[in-house]
Amino acid sequence: MEQLQSLRVGTGIPELTKPHIVVKPPQGLWHLNLPELWHYRELLYFLVWRDVKVRYKQTVIGATWAILQPLLTMIIFTLLFSYLAKIPSDGLPYPLFVYAALLPWTYFAQAMWRCGNSVVGDAALITKVYFPRLIIPLASVIPPCVDSLWSSLILIGMMAWFGVNFTWALLLLPAFMGMALVTAVAVGLWLSALNVRYRDVNLTVPFLIQIWFFASPVIYPVSLVPETWRLLYNLNPVAGVIEGMRWAILGQPFSELGLLSVSFLMVVGLLIGGIVFFNRMEQTFADEI
Amino acid sequence: MGDLAIQVESLSKQYRIGVGRYRHDTLRDHLRHGLTALFRPTGKAQAGENTIWALKDVSFEIKQGEVVGIIGRNGAGKSTLLKLLSRITAPTSGEAHVYGRLASLLEVGTGFHPELTGRENIYLNGAILGMKKAEIERKLDEIIAFAEIEKFLDTPVKRYSSGMYVRLAFAVAAHIDPEILIVDEVLAVGDAPFQKKCLGKMQDVSKEGRTVLFVSHNTAAMLNLCQRGILLSSGRIEGEGQMSEVLRQYLSHYSEVNLFQPHFGIREGDQRAVIEHLEVRPNPPQTGRRVEFTFSIQRSMASKGDLWVNLAVKIRSEDGAPIVIANSQDVGEEFHLSSGRTEITVRLEQLLLAPGRYRVSAWMGAGDFPVDRIQDCMLLCVEPGPLVGERHIGTTHYPVVMPSIWKREI
Repeated sequence: MEQLQSLRVGTGIPELTKPHIVVKPPQGLWHLNLPELWHYRELLYFLVWRDVKVRYKQTVIGATWAILQPLLTMIIFTLLFSYLAKIPSDGLPYPLFVYAALLPWTYFAQAMWRCGNSVVGDAALITKVYFPRLIIPLASVIPPCVDSLWSSLILIGMMAWFGVNFTWALLLLPAFMGMALVTAVAVGLWLSALNVRYRDVNLTVPFLIQIWFFASPVIYPVSLVPETWRLLYNLNPVAGVIEGMRWAILGQPFSELGLLSVSFLMVVGLLIGGIVFFNRMEQTFADEI
Repeated sequence: MGDLAIQVESLSKQYRIGVGRYRHDTLRDHLRHGLTALFRPTGKAQAGENTIWALKDVSFEIKQGEVVGIIGRNGAGKSTLLKLLSRITAPTSGEAHVYGRLASLLEVGTGFHPELTGRENIYLNGAILGMKKAEIERKLDEIIAFAEIEKFLDTPVKRYSSGMYVRLAFAVAAHIDPEILIVDEVLAVGDAPFQKKCLGKMQDVSKEGRTVLFVSHNTAAMLNLCQRGILLSSGRIEGEGQMSEVLRQYLSHYSEVNLFQPHFGIREGDQRAVIEHLEVRPNPPQTGRRVEFTFSIQRSMASKGDLWVNLAVKIRSEDGAPIVIANSQDVGEEFHLSSGRTEITVRLEQLLLAPGRYRVSAWMGAGDFPVDRIQDCMLLCVEPGPLVGERHIGTTHYPVVMPSIWKREI
């Protein structure tokens, strides 16, 4: 309560000790209220906790699934793309090459999908309780991290199997996973807000994910992309993430560091746009959902 | 300024209603409209769109510690007002200031997850209602005791009976301690004992000096809890003042007399059969004359077994004081309901009520157990009539009349 009292939401006539809430029509473009978001951090925690609990309660095999899914995908991809299609992997063992990309990709696809559905999924909360709406998409991208933690165990096992040296660069793995998270939020914010008004968004997301998969260097190396297209190619932040992962795990040289910054700038742009758009749309969520 | 809790200044909320939004003949039109709609200021409608003002220029002030009831018909804007004050949706124009920690209870059990246990849901629901984790932990025992679910604390709530579910949900809600509490129709859920418990808790809350803003169709509860009332009609304030005054205004303005209007009052019972209609004859009834009430009852096909019911017509004064009851049980009558429609009439040989307005409640029960009970389902308007002989009795302050014979003895 003390925190709330020191927190002044909105502007208005100053009052001693009591919080003062102003209800008025939204104005301007930028509504992000970070202190308020911070105040509601426990709700964020509980929403994440709810999703993790429910996720592992309903499934019998629980964590095993988180391990099996990328493992089986890796085996199938290796058979298909390496043995049959003979796709090169820059001289690296293909299973490891593809797994290093599957780890962030699986996370990203799942997080973006969940994020896009998050607001509609929690309609009951939105129409009955106030809290910063941003909490919902933010909370939705965290639970898949738990799965990623499990599947990174496989990665470590594979690195040992293929005799890859563990280097300090591995410490940057969380940073690249973090970039995948931010990308998922940035895109998810757009999708989740659009989804409230146009439910067809929900139907297009699986298609979007499919296209995105092929636009990202999951099953093939970036070196396969013609030099002249690289800049355009790296507008896809996931490409940057995957390259970063391969660099951190396998010591594979970056095609170009400058291209990573292109990905990075793209994420920042998408995120800021996403926040503005989401903030704008959230004013009418309760009326339209 | 210092003792204000809520200050509302010409608050308005406009809603777009369907039609205009989807009238696009081509995909291009739709996309163009969609894109401009995405970036235009939210909540403001464009010319030509169908809109409705759910709330229009509403202004009022509520002082700290006041308990204020908001009444109005369905669609009058009560829920919109509560939603605006709770910041669930933004107003179109005007503004409101809320001073103090506010909690709103627009529903019990918001955010309950069926897969989680009772204990887990207490935490989740508490956090959703704005409680801190430490606060929930401190009050956990109290909440569990209030909900009476100790044994099922670690059972997923999907296995709870609906009664247990509602008790748990209300228990959490009852333990948020805001300075300002906004409550919408929460009392309408659950069985009679539960409603009583909720009401008791509401009374405690209002006695503790908190500010409460309260919407309900339960007129008796409104009278007991609220000092002040605000009457909304079509999004505007129609009346404001003492609760009993405002309630009288509401009932007299919005009820058409001598007609069955079940949506004004609270309704309870297991609904194995429902009172579909109540008719009074003659219309209007007259003081001292014969009057008949006819119940039309529909028994649902789904309900099984024999159903014997007793019926009652209760008449109360306009401000809620009980006056008279005609109960079939009192004369040893019970009626068997077969599935489908049944009509039952009660005849009062002489209506011993002074001319004026009264509230009628209809009751149908099996023994003492309510099957369908509708409070204040008719505003009865009694016209002057002859009691003894031909002389008409006019309006008096005394509701009950009696045939009297006067004779000089000496």
